[in-house]
Amino acid sequence: MSTLPSKTLDSTREFFRRDQVWPFLAPEQATVNVDNQVILYVEGLNLSFDGFKALNNLNLYVNDGELRCLIGANGAGKTTLMDVITGKTQCDSGTVFFGQNHNLLNKDEAEIAQLGIGRKFQKPTVFEEQTVFDNLELSLKTDKRVLPTLFSRLTPTQIDRIDEVLKTIGLAKHRFMLAGALSHGQKQWLEIGMLLVAEPRLLLIDEPVAGMTAQETERTAELLTSLAGERTVIVVEHDMEFVRSIARTVTVLHQGSVLAEGTMNQIQSNKDVIEVYLGEEAAAGEHA
Amino acid sequence: MTRLTAWFSEGRSTGKHTLPFVVILLSVTILASAANLFLPADSAFYVSTYTITLLGKYLCYAMLALAVDIIWGYCGILSLGHGAFFALGGYAMGMYLMRQIGDRGVYGNPLLPDFMVFLDWKELPWFWLGMDQFWFAMLMAVLVPGLLAFVFGWLAFRSRVTGVYLSIMTQALTYALLLAFFRNEMGFGGNNGLTDFKEILGFSLQADSTRVALFLITAILLAVIFVVSQKILSSRLGKVVLAIRDSESRSRFIGYRTDRYKVWLFVYSAVIAGIAGALYVPQVGIINPGEFSPINSIEMVIWVAVGGRGTLIGAVIGALLVNYAKTRFTAIMPDAWLFALGAMFVLVTLYLPKGLMGLYGQLKAKRNSVMNKESQA
Repeated sequence: MSTLPSKTLDSTREFFRRDQVWPFLAPEQATVNVDNQVILYVEGLNLSFDGFKALNNLNLYVNDGELRCLIGANGAGKTTLMDVITGKTQCDSGTVFFGQNHNLLNKDEAEIAQLGIGRKFQKPTVFEEQTVFDNLELSLKTDKRVLPTLFSRLTPTQIDRIDEVLKTIGLAKHRFMLAGALSHGQKQWLEIGMLLVAEPRLLLIDEPVAGMTAQETERTAELLTSLAGERTVIVVEHDMEFVRSIARTVTVLHQGSVLAEGTMNQIQSNKDVIEVYLGEEAAAGEHA
Repeated sequence: MTRLTAWFSEGRSTGKHTLPFVVILLSVTILASAANLFLPADSAFYVSTYTITLLGKYLCYAMLALAVDIIWGYCGILSLGHGAFFALGGYAMGMYLMRQIGDRGVYGNPLLPDFMVFLDWKELPWFWLGMDQFWFAMLMAVLVPGLLAFVFGWLAFRSRVTGVYLSIMTQALTYALLLAFFRNEMGFGGNNGLTDFKEILGFSLQADSTRVALFLITAILLAVIFVVSQKILSSRLGKVVLAIRDSESRSRFIGYRTDRYKVWLFVYSAVIAGIAGALYVPQVGIINPGEFSPINSIEMVIWVAVGGRGTLIGAVIGALLVNYAKTRFTAIMPDAWLFALGAMFVLVTLYLPKGLMGLYGQLKAKRNSVMNKESQA
């Protein structure tokens, strides 16, 4: 042993330190680190489709527990941004972090969903051939691998959870109805319910009140505001009245990057915003 | 194990058709078997051995239709190559039966099957080793189709190949196997396939009692597979499978790895097809590359479409009816059968998109609404 050069021994010891944890052996942390109060970091995001820049050096930070509204004209990149965050679309460059410890760009849709990012689509997509209850059961926060799913059973807690959500979304009477038989507004609600039952940390909601009556819209606004605090909510919406009623912070997107950010009043008085987005509406408002 | 038994005893519904189906299937099988074995041949209720074998063949087809329905009706994956898994299971059984012939072949070689002697081969190819053991051959009948389905499914579903492209690939798969098995060098008897079987596990394949036993085993296995499949499809996994059929991307955004679900369901379906093939071969007495032909695989899809996809009972009924029709039709007008099959497919697609089971549902709904009106009046 003594003939072994001590230098080699030292470097070997250094290399195989007892407290060494190889990065690939470290378990991936299931918790989301939000020590800096920020839950979503989007930095320098670029994406182009055939030369059209859908996202152009986009930076966005969303605080934990915030209710954020994204507005912008058609083609401003709102839905594309959501696609990148949820793993549907690959971006050309940039970083997206969920908390400080989860790089979302190297994960697929299912992994991202399991981390606790829920998404509601513009067009309500529910499983039409299955009952309202089954739709919610499928969305429950559970082990979603194949075998555990095969042997899974609903626990009383889970059933209570589903009942509670059914009440919240006002579909308690329709629990055994096929989801395809629901009205458009009810489908929207069911989809929101599917998000709620999954208990996500971050909800991305694309046009939640499209096709809803005034009354339903009001209830949606109430629901979304009640969610904020406990969960982080990002809402994309065209209905300015609705945005005004829920938003504390509004981000305006324009041509793939952030144009302005602030409270609704700040946004409305922002010159750039008036020029590119609110311009017509503001002008119309003055005439009225 | 306790988890498994708990799962089976749990109150999840097994579908209202399951119990009647199993009872009818098993009682018909037992009655027919008894009528064959215990009644004199001139009795009015005697069931000929030919009929028993024919029924056994139909039940194998029903099992195969079940396999196609699980993957197509429930998960929306239209496989036009399920004949490949069926034939591979059949070949495994055929190889076992071949080796049971021993030195009773035409050339009297104790080790090599006739076609190998004919090709002037000196020793058994490696993949024929062990096939003289029944358990090993049966393991292969399940394992080989399962493994092929796993590799194929893993590659296809992971790269998100869906719809018509996947169907074409499955079609190509079975066609490639057809061409490969036609070659004499492959060592599976080439064009002629494997035939001239003598006995299985020491029982003569020509004996009535063996025929009846094979028929009974087929019926029992069909019932078991039916119940297990019904159980799987009524679990939460079944709901996920339906969700994948109706909106795969949505299921992904809920957090399900849809490709893995599809791979495992595809493997399960291929294994059932393999079992059906292994039961089929001793009853019909031959397996040749014709079983790989794409047209067979398309026929299977028609059975399921006629019976009603998305219901297991529909697949079974479709397979039985279409094959009975085929038997009758080919006896009267052999050339016209394919036209009749095509016409049936067109009619079902146009007027019965949910097959015969869908028709049953429609009639029931109509009767209910009429009755409701009457009770109101």
